[in-house]
Amino acid sequence: MKKIWKNSNARFRIGLIITLIFLFIGFVIYFIPHADPFTYNTYANKLGASIEHPLGTTSMGQDVLWMLVEGIHNSLSIGLIVAAIGTVVGVFVGLLAGFAGGILDRVLMVITDTFIVIPSLPILILMTSLMKGTSTVILLALVLAMFAWAWPSRQIRSMSLTMRERDFVHVAKFSGENTVEIIVFEILPYALTWSLSNFMNAVLNAIASESSLAVLGLSPADLVSLGNMIQWARDRNAIFNRQWLWIGSPVVATVILFVGLFLLITGYNDYLQMKRGR
Amino acid sequence: MSGLSRASRFVWFARSKNRKAGRMKFSTYILKRILTWAVTIWIGVTIIFFIPRMFPSDPIENMLGQIEARSGSMDPVAKEAMRQQLKIQFGLDGSLLEQYGTFLWRGLFHFDFGPSLMNYPSPAGEIISTYLPYTVGLSGISTILAWLIGNFIGLLAGFRSKAKSSKILEAIAIFIYPIPYFIVALILQIVFAFLLGWFPLTTTINSFNGTAVFIQSLIKASILPGISMLLIGTGWWIISMKSLSASTAEEDFVQYARWRGLSEGRIGGTYVLRNSILTQVTALALSIGGVFSGSIMTEIIFGYPGVGTLIQKAILQSDYNMILGCITISIVAIATLTLIVDVIYPFIDPRIRYS
Repeated sequence: MKKIWKNSNARFRIGLIITLIFLFIGFVIYFIPHADPFTYNTYANKLGASIEHPLGTTSMGQDVLWMLVEGIHNSLSIGLIVAAIGTVVGVFVGLLAGFAGGILDRVLMVITDTFIVIPSLPILILMTSLMKGTSTVILLALVLAMFAWAWPSRQIRSMSLTMRERDFVHVAKFSGENTVEIIVFEILPYALTWSLSNFMNAVLNAIASESSLAVLGLSPADLVSLGNMIQWARDRNAIFNRQWLWIGSPVVATVILFVGLFLLITGYNDYLQMKRGR
Repeated sequence: MSGLSRASRFVWFARSKNRKAGRMKFSTYILKRILTWAVTIWIGVTIIFFIPRMFPSDPIENMLGQIEARSGSMDPVAKEAMRQQLKIQFGLDGSLLEQYGTFLWRGLFHFDFGPSLMNYPSPAGEIISTYLPYTVGLSGISTILAWLIGNFIGLLAGFRSKAKSSKILEAIAIFIYPIPYFIVALILQIVFAFLLGWFPLTTTINSFNGTAVFIQSLIKASILPGISMLLIGTGWWIISMKSLSASTAEEDFVQYARWRGLSEGRIGGTYVLRNSILTQVTALALSIGGVFSGSIMTEIIFGYPGVGTLIQKAILQSDYNMILGCITISIVAIATLTLIVDVIYPFIDPRIRYS
């Protein structure tokens, strides 16, 4: 870890720090006992910033700070779930296509390419608008995952195509390992370093898609996410009432989170390229 | 987001940078591209045909319920007749396979998606065609401008990658580019429309008082949405072009040109630009899907009368024909635009043309 930090570039470091801060807020601070921020009229309405409510309260008497913490927790969770599903499916399909070859490879790649090219937002809109009202977080994550596997699978396939001609794979083959063992012990460790940037990518995309759907009113109505928070603040005229803390805090949080994740991804890619000696 | 999402474009870009252009016969390339285009549209339309049918809700019953709620109850015979009529109109009569055939035939070849519920009985396709030009105009102009401006700045920044101004420009681009479209739109709206009051908060396009008034109000309404899309687009082209031209500028032939004593402007404009711009043309094709999604979100924030706003209205009123229509047209449009850019590509890249 120390070695990676030492060899990494500034982008990677800044991105990593921002991401770790958000993970800390979303998965450590979140578990400090607090009143459910979604319940209406827990506190007085429209309070300004104070010690009890550092970011004030909403027009519905909700504490903005805890809502933000819960929003970060839920947005990150959705991102991580979608990315996990997408990466697992993507790595599986990619390895299968790369090693099976032939007709299976071609069919899988036509489907994969279509999912890469197809515009996902319209289809997500269609699916979530059909589930309007009944949609849950798990369902939403599954729908988002539909578009998260194609890109990793394309990359893993092209990686495994070059991998299987490498010397150490031949050595493994001649020393009696079967295909499954080769994939698990020889190829997968390589696939995982490649998949890491795809994974972070998928996290970023899933959070972006969820907040886009939230702006359209298509995210689950009781889900406190960054996107829904922005949407609720807009719906309740936070802009016209100049409640800047309420609308501003999720906007600023989203901006920092996205810039942080993007820096981390690009920094990590540069680091990998440097490691490969380019 | 859609197509190749924004961050994955970066990954794609980082890995394709060093790849040489594939040498393939021109006719094979075009044929392959057209085949991919057809398959993409076909799979996309097939998905949106089958998804609604997997959900338990029955659109016809919903619609009858809504009509009854609006105009009072009907007698059973009339209701049954109406049900049959609606089934034919919505393409819901006959077996699943027949419905699928009708859907493909009507939707893809005639852009006929049945009547719109919120503007019953006007056909959805007709309403979409009045909204579509706004989206095409907004996203088309902002994309082309972003491509030109971003590549120009990126070329300068990459060619002088050691200069301080290049680093500052890249830092700004990296800060703006990852932000979701609707947040940039929201921030611009708050600052320039609400706090400063330079622009109207909601879009009003005056189409009744002659062409001059119409164009004037259209331009006024389009500036903020256009700028918010331009910002993100330009950010990406600066980042990618800077990285491309910086690595091209270190190649041997550029060094050789320097030793030959060519001017810096000539080297930048001819040697570096020509070798970097090819990747950017392919990247333009890949970005079209993302730009469309961005346009949808930007329009909704500003209430700009394009397909995005139409989709939002249709969602609020559960107008599925309209949603299906918008989505089919957007899939066809994105796939076709991507195809066009890809078909133009061989004419720009001599390596493909001559092989």
